[in-house]
Amino acid sequence: MSHDGRNLRGMVLGVVSFGLIAPILLGLWQTATAAFGILPALGHQTPTLAPWAMLADLPGFATSLRMTLVTGLGSTLLALLLATGFCATVHARLPPGSARLLTPFLAVPHAAMAVGLAFLLAPSGWIARAMAPLAGWMTPPDIATVNDDWGVALTIGLLVKELPFLLLVILSALSQIPVARQMAAGRALGYGRGVVWVKIIMPQVWPLVRLPVWVTLAYALSAVDMAIILGPSNPPTLAVAIMRWFFDPDPQMILPASAGAILQATLVAAGVTLLYIAERVAAPIGRWWLRRGGRGLSTEPGLWLATAASVLLMAAGLIAMLSLVTWSLSWRWTFPDLLPASWSLKPWAAHSGDWTRALNRTLILALTTTCLSLVLAMAWLEGEDRARRGRAAWAEALIYLPLLIPQIGFLYGLNVVFLRLGLGGSLTAVIWAQTLFVFPYVMITLSDPWRALDPRITATAAALGAGPTRRLIAVKLPILLRPILTAAAIGVAVSVAQYLPTLFMGAGRIATLTTEAVALSSGSDRRVTGVYATLQAALPFAAYFVAFAIPAMLHRNRRALSGASHA
Amino acid sequence: MSLDLTAICIRNTAGKALFAPLTLRVPPGEVVTVMGPSGVGKSTLLDGIGGHLSHGFHLTGTVMLNDQDVTHTPAEARRIGVVFQDALLFPHLSVGDNLAFGLPQHLKGRDPRRAAVDAALDQAGLDGLYSRDPATLSGGQRARAALMRSLLAEPLALLLDEPFAKLDAALRDDIRQFTFAHVHQRAIPTLMVTHDPADADAASGEVIQLTTL
Amino acid sequence: MKLTLLAVLALTATPVLADWQQTLDAARGQTVYWNAWGGDERTNAFIAWVGEQTAAKYGVTIEQVKLTDTAEAVTRVVSEKAAGQDQGGSVDLIWINGPNFLAMKAQGLLHGPFVADLPNSQYLDLSPTSAASVDFTTPVEGMESPWRLAKFVFTYDSARVKEPPMTMADFPAWAAAHPGRFTHPDPSNFMGATFLKQALIELAPDPVVLQSPATDASFAAATAPLWAWYDALRPNLWHQGATFPENQSAQQQLLNDGEVDMSMSFDPASTAAAIGQGLLPATARVFVPDGGSIGNISYVAIPYNAAHAAGAEVVANFLLDPATQAHMQDIEVLGSYSVLDDSKLDDAAIADFAALPTAPALPSLADLGPTLLEPDASWMTRLTAEWARRYTK
Repeated sequence: MSHDGRNLRGMVLGVVSFGLIAPILLGLWQTATAAFGILPALGHQTPTLAPWAMLADLPGFATSLRMTLVTGLGSTLLALLLATGFCATVHARLPPGSARLLTPFLAVPHAAMAVGLAFLLAPSGWIARAMAPLAGWMTPPDIATVNDDWGVALTIGLLVKELPFLLLVILSALSQIPVARQMAAGRALGYGRGVVWVKIIMPQVWPLVRLPVWVTLAYALSAVDMAIILGPSNPPTLAVAIMRWFFDPDPQMILPASAGAILQATLVAAGVTLLYIAERVAAPIGRWWLRRGGRGLSTEPGLWLATAASVLLMAAGLIAMLSLVTWSLSWRWTFPDLLPASWSLKPWAAHSGDWTRALNRTLILALTTTCLSLVLAMAWLEGEDRARRGRAAWAEALIYLPLLIPQIGFLYGLNVVFLRLGLGGSLTAVIWAQTLFVFPYVMITLSDPWRALDPRITATAAALGAGPTRRLIAVKLPILLRPILTAAAIGVAVSVAQYLPTLFMGAGRIATLTTEAVALSSGSDRRVTGVYATLQAALPFAAYFVAFAIPAMLHRNRRALSGASHA
Repeated sequence: MSLDLTAICIRNTAGKALFAPLTLRVPPGEVVTVMGPSGVGKSTLLDGIGGHLSHGFHLTGTVMLNDQDVTHTPAEARRIGVVFQDALLFPHLSVGDNLAFGLPQHLKGRDPRRAAVDAALDQAGLDGLYSRDPATLSGGQRARAALMRSLLAEPLALLLDEPFAKLDAALRDDIRQFTFAHVHQRAIPTLMVTHDPADADAASGEVIQLTTL
Repeated sequence: MKLTLLAVLALTATPVLADWQQTLDAARGQTVYWNAWGGDERTNAFIAWVGEQTAAKYGVTIEQVKLTDTAEAVTRVVSEKAAGQDQGGSVDLIWINGPNFLAMKAQGLLHGPFVADLPNSQYLDLSPTSAASVDFTTPVEGMESPWRLAKFVFTYDSARVKEPPMTMADFPAWAAAHPGRFTHPDPSNFMGATFLKQALIELAPDPVVLQSPATDASFAAATAPLWAWYDALRPNLWHQGATFPENQSAQQQLLNDGEVDMSMSFDPASTAAAIGQGLLPATARVFVPDGGSIGNISYVAIPYNAAHAAGAEVVANFLLDPATQAHMQDIEVLGSYSVLDDSKLDDAAIADFAALPTAPALPSLADLGPTLLEPDASWMTRLTAEWARRYTK
């Protein structure tokens, strides 16, 4: 109908395909060729399976693989279980808008959370210090509570980040379902609360949260920053091991590292397939169970356990954040003191030059990637509007692709591609690489509110003589200001949290708060680590605050938009 | 001024026609009412005439406005106003700015434009509410503001999509009178879609029954 | 064969920067990306100071690329070479030594020889057998320039440990008496590997073999006592020897937290400095096993494709300035011992060194004992691999 719309859509599709999807596929391809022995720079020209044999022979490979599966699958399934239980228990009691309380957990970058949790859980950490007087410990107990061989600390770390994310996703799915009425109907038929939840509510929720759960699983299986700080060290999880092999002084290690990277991508694909199969198998079993009409045992204890565990995890997250700030303000703080013996601003003052530089870089990256992503997302959505059509499944898949392929799977290859383009180690390369991950989140966040805008509003504006551009600028964008800024805040949070893309593409020269915080986490001065992690966590918070404050201020006299009646 | 529809037919994604081809002439200042069961495509018909059809819907036939074919003209260039049951005032603009949104380009200068809006607010019994948040208006005030907003754009035809459905009974009559009076006074050909026979009676124009094929 | 050829090509392709004034002119306005391990705040501060000095004196600014592992910089140069980027590379200067130097030198990834071109190299003892001429038994051949001396020492908390083990052989008994109170950095890390090498030198039946490249036979024979010793030590390590701190900084943090009683360092002054910064208890002290400890020199090298080779040479030269070395040896600054040959310094420079301040936790040169030679680089590679094979399951 509209040529304008068609051109816009073509342009957006071009940018997304060549700017976002092609680099990922090229990077994956480069990595895959190295995985099969082709690395001309080191004189390897013929395809061979040797890298895979090398990979299998590396010490601790099997343990790394097992650790990855246990922590990745374990944390995701546990997070899903806890989130479901938590929602089933408290959903009816939640005042509207309380999902906003989850924002801090989503805003805090993984690395900062990991640094905080490491201090909370360590044998000399806050928990142990609190217990010391009771247990009579003069020195910290010799128990591996962080970097443990079972990956418990890593699983807890992943849970603290994944649980709030899944809670938010499930809560927003629930807002589309008449939960209260269905719950009443189910209970009137003699089903317990938990059973109604499992038999009636969750089957409707699952299709709405399926993709976010996949993304969570993909992340958990391939997390690097969190695994470095909290995960087992001898050997580490597969993703960390792969990163170390890529950076090994012996360049031949690039071969098994590439094979590992492809294996990592395969693991994620297998994990997602497993979930999909489980869904398919569960459906007929579920129907059979449903038709049997069993009222089931009481699930109350399970529900309360899940709720208690969820609350405990989130409390741990909050205390971990608090520990970051406390460390950054301390001077001497020894075991078993609960609070620093002496306080000081020196950790902040002594390194102000360093952290201002890192802060500036992080800000520049966050703002650029967020603006680029926002413009692209708005162009995409506007293109859909002008064509007056929805989104095809393949287009949705394009958006999710960067989030489902593990970063370590294609970053090495992408780096080679960027070097060929002459972009190696430049700010441009980092901006580009970060945008691969910022755009999907911005797009996903913005899509629902954008499409929820009543099309008759735009029709009204058109009927009043406003052309497409005026409709966009004078009607849609101001009305959508709040969701647009929220998407921007999420973009900033995602950009700030990026570790691997910044490290690989920046050739280490682009020092951001995140790369510095991870590097310092294995350093000797926890106070300085506290400074960086605090800043790293503060930046997304500031972004969320701005996203909240600007509409509240601009729309203070517009009840429908000020957020006062926000559903 | 008149709105002429010739053999208008709308097909959905599957290619199925929603209703029998419709040929109709709306004379200036008259309100023609379209009635029919739910789901027959009354609102879609208005979308087609106004140029707001969703992707997948296809319109055949011609829409003539003052003997000009506007069938393929973009919505913003047709000069066909629309009023929906929800009034749909732009939530980010004040009441006055909502009215000013559709003011034609030929009205130049800050003061004349402001005067036009103030006059319209006056006529609608909304005087002094220029800077009000539309969300704080009553249902009747909102309906009147929406109508005045459409009229200020100097439309050559007007489409009313169940414009009174959301108002309570006491108010409905009042707003009907207000709407039809303005339509008559400005001699605008008007097409109204409604469920309510009382709307059709009050419009006192031709009544078309839309039926499924 | 192929690699040697490449190395020769790389050498001939490099413009000869013999004339120092020419180098200074070329360097002015350049920003040198110095890739250096960033885990030590004092070193980072020293590098920042060097940057201020070179900016003021020569118009050369320094941007420190903080690495978690020097190998990262090597990989970067390798991938640049892989992508055919033979000029304008992202790495200008690397803090390097040992296996990383060997790897880069062998693959022709280095610029040089350039050390003899540096005016301040006159203060170095560059005779073929001197410490500054051999890096882990690999001849330096002017491909890297020394900047700081490193000597392996242990740090302990004298409030908790009254009698630290005085030989490496004493460690298993000490650990058995104090289970969970000792550990060492992961041997994939430089410091962890050095701990094993320190023990190897003491325990090997014939330490002389360590100075030549390891063979399967010599390695098996020389390390057999080491593994027996380690098997006795490991069960009583921190966390039962199942996990290890990533590097010495992480271990110093453990010492500060009271999780372990000892740490180790390549910088004899680091303990005194850490006390001053509130990073170790005031009771922390340094000891060296009887018979001495491993010492080596830290170098800076320039990749073959460095974008700012001239600037990098200016920085390398500035690091060798006697005033710079004296500033570096200051306990308040870095406390790293000078790499210069005392006999080549003038009286003023000698007085500068003599006037440096001291601290209770700062060992005297006599406390540090004799310096043991690093084994050939092949030993470290094998040691790390064999350790991983045995203890990484």
